[in-house]
Amino acid sequence: MDDFRPDPDSLLAAIQKDEARQHRGKLKIFFGMAAGVGKTYTMLQAAHERKADGVDVVVGYLETHKRADTEALLTGLEVIPRQKVEYRGTFLEEMDLDAILKRDPDLVLVDELAHTNAPGVRHTKRYQDIFELLEAGIDVYTTVNVQHFESRTDAVRQITGITVHETIPDSLLDQADEIELIDLSPEDLRKRLSEGKVYTPERVETAANNFFRVGNLTALREMALRLTAERVDHQLQDYMAVKQIAGPWKSTERLMVAISASPFSERLIRWTRRMAYNLEAPWLVVYIETSSAPSPESKAMLARHLKTAQELGGEVVVTAGADICRSLLHVARQRNVTQLVIGKPLRSSFQEFLSGGSLVNKLIRQSGDIDVYVITGDEEDSESRPRTFTLPQLVTHSGWNDYFLAITIIVLVTIVNLLVQPLIDYQATGLTELFAVLLIAIYIGRGPALVAATISALSWNYLFIEPQLTFQISTLQDTLLFFLYFAIAILSGNVTARLRMQERQARYNADRSMALYTLTRETAAAVNMDAVLRTAIEQLGRVFDAEVAILLCEQEELCRSPHPNGTLPIDDKEFAVAAWVYNNSKPAGRFTNTLSLARAQYFPLLASNEVVGVIGIRTRVNERLSIDEQVLLDTFINQIALVIERELIDEQTEQAAMLTESERLYTTLLNSISHELRTPIAAIIGAASNLQTSDPTSREQLSDDIQSSAQRLNRLVENLLDMSRLDSGRLQLKREWCDIGELIGVAIQRLHPCLKHRQLKLTIAPGLPLVEIDFVLMEQVVVNLLDNACSYTPPDAAITVQAEQGRGEVVIRVSDTGPGIPTAELARVFEKFYRVPGTIPGGTGLGLSIAKSLVEAHGGAIRAETPRTGGTSIVITLPAIGTPPPVKEVIDA
Amino acid sequence: MPEVLIVDDEIQIRRFLRIGLETNGYKVYESPNGHDAILKVAQRKPDLVILDMELPDLDGLEVLRRLREWTRLPVIILSVRASDVDKVAALDAGADDYLTKPFSMDELLARLRVAQRHAQPLAETQIFKSGPLQVDLSRRIVTVNDQTVKLTPTEYALLRLLIQHHGKVLTHKQILREVWGPEYVNETHYLRVYFAQLRQKIEDDPALPRLIVTEAGVGYRLIDEG
Repeated sequence: MDDFRPDPDSLLAAIQKDEARQHRGKLKIFFGMAAGVGKTYTMLQAAHERKADGVDVVVGYLETHKRADTEALLTGLEVIPRQKVEYRGTFLEEMDLDAILKRDPDLVLVDELAHTNAPGVRHTKRYQDIFELLEAGIDVYTTVNVQHFESRTDAVRQITGITVHETIPDSLLDQADEIELIDLSPEDLRKRLSEGKVYTPERVETAANNFFRVGNLTALREMALRLTAERVDHQLQDYMAVKQIAGPWKSTERLMVAISASPFSERLIRWTRRMAYNLEAPWLVVYIETSSAPSPESKAMLARHLKTAQELGGEVVVTAGADICRSLLHVARQRNVTQLVIGKPLRSSFQEFLSGGSLVNKLIRQSGDIDVYVITGDEEDSESRPRTFTLPQLVTHSGWNDYFLAITIIVLVTIVNLLVQPLIDYQATGLTELFAVLLIAIYIGRGPALVAATISALSWNYLFIEPQLTFQISTLQDTLLFFLYFAIAILSGNVTARLRMQERQARYNADRSMALYTLTRETAAAVNMDAVLRTAIEQLGRVFDAEVAILLCEQEELCRSPHPNGTLPIDDKEFAVAAWVYNNSKPAGRFTNTLSLARAQYFPLLASNEVVGVIGIRTRVNERLSIDEQVLLDTFINQIALVIERELIDEQTEQAAMLTESERLYTTLLNSISHELRTPIAAIIGAASNLQTSDPTSREQLSDDIQSSAQRLNRLVENLLDMSRLDSGRLQLKREWCDIGELIGVAIQRLHPCLKHRQLKLTIAPGLPLVEIDFVLMEQVVVNLLDNACSYTPPDAAITVQAEQGRGEVVIRVSDTGPGIPTAELARVFEKFYRVPGTIPGGTGLGLSIAKSLVEAHGGAIRAETPRTGGTSIVITLPAIGTPPPVKEVIDA
Repeated sequence: MPEVLIVDDEIQIRRFLRIGLETNGYKVYESPNGHDAILKVAQRKPDLVILDMELPDLDGLEVLRRLREWTRLPVIILSVRASDVDKVAALDAGADDYLTKPFSMDELLARLRVAQRHAQPLAETQIFKSGPLQVDLSRRIVTVNDQTVKLTPTEYALLRLLIQHHGKVLTHKQILREVWGPEYVNETHYLRVYFAQLRQKIEDDPALPRLIVTEAGVGYRLIDEG
């Protein structure tokens, strides 16, 4: 039964594709074998039909090629004006993407899918514009010819001899919801051509003889038919998967192609793609980076290959390793690859000997159950370009300087040998030269070492081996010595150089892991978002020697101002690019296909389910990043995104915790306040309702009660207001130079009504310095302390206020001789709403808490003590740093 | 009979003020908003205005500014805004006094008396008396408990300024501008130093001053004990 159950993965994929399409626009491709078959015409007809059905149709971009019947069909359709793009002094007309997005029709017609946009337009390729239209939920009709599909360009070149430059990824066909093949027999097309329906008369002749030959057209037609047939096949399979019809399920094959920086690799990629498509198998493209530094051209070539691979739907894997064979097989086993595609080596057997044996042989020997396909290179490629991928291996390691240095060393050693020739024999000479070659291999490189080995062998033969000054060798022993010398020099040079390479590779790998490790460690250690971003900017800047900017999102929108530590300035233009990246979750900017005129490159920071921000980066050398740098950068960006997400989650958790805490406080507050509020209100209402009826003496008593209850209410409200002001975090200290003595005086004055019956002792140390504090807030503190001392002690208890100077601080002490606070409670009295058990009613449990917050806001400290004489003592220490500027005496006015 | 205009949008506040003031011999007008208040001041020409800061149409401060464009009549602010910033703003804008709600009727009556007195300017030749302090402004002689006290020019300048506005709060800015000059309005520590000195010389208990009272965060007031 299992055999008839659809594979859940493919089922899910089919359903997801369905779902994704619900809100995406639908793409219909009008597809033909060559120009002139009537794609645009058919598309326009279809558009008119849709319009008749009441669909809102507009023409986004359409090329009539001045064909009369096509132009006639254009009437009655709304055409969005094209935008003019200035490029090197001339104006080019391009489709106005933003205008269409703004117009937001149901369906838009966009001719020539494979078109390449003028520089300065948002996307490099028109199909990217179309993707954006689809994303916006707009249906798109478009046209394309078969020769523009990536995977067919090879074949087209082979058949017609024409290289197609405007290509589109084959995956576009998979994206299309509908494909209409416009088929026409080659004869009919040629007839249309000769009737002048395709090109203007002057071009007809050349076209008919070149591209539009019957042979070409037949081949292109077959290609178009086959492409359509393949697709129909796939649609059928998708359909069967969804409808649970048993059939040919996805194969368990998995393909992998190994590529290098050779132009031939593109062919390998295309071949693999075709194969994978037919096998319905996933496929990956692997590039193994060795330590050799690639030239800028090969870097660019590689980048192109990898892009092609991605566009064709392949997964790209880039990894580093000294042993290509081992690394390839490692990746293959890791990914369960069943078929491995490699190119036929174009190196001579000598070079293969140098690099430690043929890769193909090694692969085949070690691949086990993995099938290995060996694909030949293009004739044209292998003839015209063998040097580009053989010679650089020798040359690019070392500059000409290195070769010059190696030759100089050999010449010097030879001269020295010539000078000491009378003293030592030619065999010892040979050894010294060999030693020199070894040193060159270790310190300079393989190429120079091989050159040095050759030169020294020849010079040794010429100058030192009998007969001297000839290349002849007289004895068999010397011949043997000479060839052995040659072999040892080359072998050891090669081996040492390889050792050195491995060492460099190891160091490079170590550097890379180190950079990543540092980033991980530093961001892990960062305590908050700000620290994370600072670290990220710093690390990225250091590792890539680049200017960096990070923009985070705020309420579903990209925040305009980048993190202040960023080194990359973000003006409005650059921000527009960043915003595009944020909205589309795709990289853009310099060295990309989208908005490539930007100064920097922008990457989305993709967290698990959303974009959390955008990173902008611009290297100081301002060059395209190498593949390994790109991979490292991707890893960095992923890591940063993860950490940012972690911080966001932390912040949310913290907020949730704060909410819980504030809810707890709220409950405590309600419990505490409701009692404190209701008691005086009850007293006021009761007294007021009795006022009218009572006799004069009780009336006086009642009005007194109303007053005192109202004052109690007032005090509570003031405390609550103070507390909320403190809690809101909006408290701003208004620091000015204050006289502590004066401050205490004011506080005592304010509590005069309740203090006047008390025994109050005030000791202000003479010569107290002025302290820079907020007078009003600190007075509030002293008032709260005095109020407590009054409220919680019996009327006969004495109150003492002291102020004295400590070391770099001023100490204020408010003491009473009341019942005191139990030692266990001393620390808790500063907590919000905490009241010492058994105290008399009337307080809120806020006074000391407010005092503590205020003192700490001043950088001071507050504590409760029990003096030896009993009672309670609250001690405030305030930092007294600096002195005010000198005062100015007034000359008598 | 002195006439008072009460400007407040709360009818309860107006009512209890009217009762309190009428029993103390004032003739009372009421006004529920700023525009009406400005109109009534122009029509009735009261001797005093009690002005709330929160009015439905205009901000109290704005009403004060408009009044100050053409009249010097005493204005006492009555507000729930208790912060020193609000007080200073009102006083600097020309208010004669500032009282925070809730307040006691006695306190309000005292402030009204002070404000009324200031409607008439103090003659330079007068002798000022408050508790133990006596100052002969024409001869510049200061005595405390009949003992002559020697003041420095700055101390005397401060004292004279307070006497000219006795009973009324002077903001830090106002004092600094009057005594030192406009460029010194932020040097509040001058005040701390000189008022401490002045209190040492004229107060019975400098730690608990009774003559020169500090209004926290706002300024100073010379208590008028008649």
